[in-house]
Amino acid sequence: MASLFADFLSSLSLINLGLAFSGVLAGIIIGALPGLSATMAVAILVPFTFALEPSSGLIVLGAIYTGAIFGGSWSAILINTPGTPSAVATTFDGYPLAKKGDGDLAMSISCMSSFIGGIIGVICLALFAPPLASVSLMFGPTEYFWLALLGLTLISTLSEGDNIKSLIGACIGLLMSMIGVAVVGGDVRMTWNISFLNSGIEIVSAMIGLFCIPVILDLTSMKGKHLGENETPKSLRLKESFLIMFAKKFEAVRGALIGTFVGILPGAGGSIASIVSYGEAKRTSKNKENFGKGEPEGLIASETANNATVGGGFVPTLCLGIPGTPPDAVILGALLVQGIRTGDTLFTQQSSIVYTFIFGLLLATIMMLPLGLLMGRYAYKSLLKVPKQVLIPIIIFLTIIGSYSIQNNILNVYFMFFFGLIGWVLNRSGFRASPIVLGLVLGQIAEQGFVQAYIIGSAQGSVVANYFARPISFVLVLLIITSLFFPALKKIYKKRFSK
Amino acid sequence: MKLKTFINKFLATISLLVITLSGANAGVTNIIPFGPGGESDVTARMQQPYYKSIYNDDIVVQYKPGGGGSVGWSSLNSEKGDGSVIMGVNLPHIIMQPIAKGDKAGYKTEDVNVFSFFHYTPDAILVEASSPYNSLAELINFAKNNPGKLTFSGSGTYSANHLLTISLNQKANIKTTYVPFKGTGAAVQALLGKQVVAEAGYSTVAAKQGSKVRMLAVASESRLPAYPDVPTFKELGFDIVSGAYRGYALPKSASAATVKEWSDRIMKINSDPKFKKQMEDGAFVVVNIGHDQIDDFMKQQQAANEAIAKELGLIK
Repeated sequence: MASLFADFLSSLSLINLGLAFSGVLAGIIIGALPGLSATMAVAILVPFTFALEPSSGLIVLGAIYTGAIFGGSWSAILINTPGTPSAVATTFDGYPLAKKGDGDLAMSISCMSSFIGGIIGVICLALFAPPLASVSLMFGPTEYFWLALLGLTLISTLSEGDNIKSLIGACIGLLMSMIGVAVVGGDVRMTWNISFLNSGIEIVSAMIGLFCIPVILDLTSMKGKHLGENETPKSLRLKESFLIMFAKKFEAVRGALIGTFVGILPGAGGSIASIVSYGEAKRTSKNKENFGKGEPEGLIASETANNATVGGGFVPTLCLGIPGTPPDAVILGALLVQGIRTGDTLFTQQSSIVYTFIFGLLLATIMMLPLGLLMGRYAYKSLLKVPKQVLIPIIIFLTIIGSYSIQNNILNVYFMFFFGLIGWVLNRSGFRASPIVLGLVLGQIAEQGFVQAYIIGSAQGSVVANYFARPISFVLVLLIITSLFFPALKKIYKKRFSK
Repeated sequence: MKLKTFINKFLATISLLVITLSGANAGVTNIIPFGPGGESDVTARMQQPYYKSIYNDDIVVQYKPGGGGSVGWSSLNSEKGDGSVIMGVNLPHIIMQPIAKGDKAGYKTEDVNVFSFFHYTPDAILVEASSPYNSLAELINFAKNNPGKLTFSGSGTYSANHLLTISLNQKANIKTTYVPFKGTGAAVQALLGKQVVAEAGYSTVAAKQGSKVRMLAVASESRLPAYPDVPTFKELGFDIVSGAYRGYALPKSASAATVKEWSDRIMKINSDPKFKKQMEDGAFVVVNIGHDQIDDFMKQQQAANEAIAKELGLIK
């Protein structure tokens, strides 16, 4: 206990506090710019951390990471574009809220939700890291396949009215996820001999195109302001947001726990966490009809979950040496250069580095609350004040910079515009971007899991058993069935009941 | 807020960001054709401080990921050839991709102007710590009695990991099942989670995982200094020396003098005992293949990989 307290004090040193503060600040700004993802934010800063103490270096990287995941919600709310892939579900309700004129409310709620998610994630990391790491090892290819399928069932929940169009959209997304060199088997699929496509569709540039370009085109072609304005646009609406958060405290904690759990699964990441959490929130909510039209509950579900993946993702990273999320991979590399060995010895032999880091991450998350609220208000206000003819070129400029910087490749920019055009045409014909992105994100995970499980199953001579007769798989299959048939069953039940 | 002040503030923020992104002071650029955090990135980062102290100049690491490296390599020759840009290259990637994918790879092996390899991570067979198999012989014995039931996790298809299992199948006359995963992390996760019997991975996995895994054999010429108890495949009677080699290439337009200068720089960093120790602690094996040996080395690698490609049915 005494040494824990010493670690806590050392995390409070002036340099560590300063690093956490500037890390969160830089992270929020980078995350808010579409295309500049958390991974990139962390990668840029890695060389600078080599001059620091290992734990200080880790703190600044963790702070940037957590700030960037939160910052991603800003562009999701204000311009309907996920700033980082993790914020994809934030667009579902965040942007409609801003459209209605409640952007300030959305910004405050998203900040509080990110704070709660972040804190719960870090606490889980501090208290339960080793046991959680062994849970993550129980997830084999089969479980990943079912988890991705569970995410895909959300399409039925997401579709507003038109199920067929949502299904078609998801199929388009799934087909696009197969483009490129297959991880299993190595076949080159649907690349039309363009070697750039060998790595598959780059998800971030596709997302910027599908979500952001239609908004810009609509903005250009239509009269009126970008976002609605309410009577008191200068306030933070703190009290109101707080009351909403307090009323939805259980939902917030549930979102954070889902986020932590998905975070500990290497390769799943913040986008899946927020999607699954959003789906759960909508299924169990009393105001289901309101989801997708600006329901704060949806925003809470998405933002608590994606920030909780930060703490969750560090579980396998620190305990197993397996990166939980892409930014964790970069941080793991930085640890290796510093000569720190992750794995079972880290928590025993170098525990002071680990706990100083965890306390630092906690402090950074706490700092995120006031910083995020104040900066969010400023960002929202400026967006309202800026005339459209200035705003549109700025957003286009950002989308170009963002999609270029993903892989330092101009082809990503062309692809972004290409997807933007597709997105706009589909939008006009009543298709929404979210099922397509869902298919694109989940398709690869589902396919790899399925094929790997098949190979392993046939090597063991028990293909069917390998898909179903595993405890976690079984639970996931049950969840999928409930998620698919619950609405129908409920309807039947209600009919009977009313008779 | 006035529009003008807003525009001013906006431009100031952007220019600040751009300065940060571009790495501020020029130096030379090292393009890694993978994402950050992988072995190519980590070893490039390890070289940075040594380069700075010897040449008083910075190497700025940039990433151009995609297609298992092919996006970077197919664009290498359009970079400046004055020595201000180098690019990371990997074996067997630059040989196997053109063999497996033909024109679809986007480049040919001979288009990549490699000038040196500075280290490699030997292939290795690993099992989880509680596994009943304590030696390669026991594992092979299991495979002999149960054809196809020995499952290996590994990173990618036609990768160094994959090729190792093909060589082992050939040389030990066994039948095993290779399960490809996306990246080493996922392959290790499958091993630790006991989804597979063993992993066809790299020696670096043993370094990262410590007592959680047991390395049964390593595909290096001689035993690794950090693992004096782990036998090589050669000792066990299988002539396999393989792994992922990492080095650097220049655009074709680079002059012979530039090539020699860069090769000397990389070799000079290699000769620093502190660098070598740092690499060995991570289970990387430092090799000194400079510009004068590179042609012979590439020819030998090409022949070895083609033999395996025939076995896989990629070349008829």
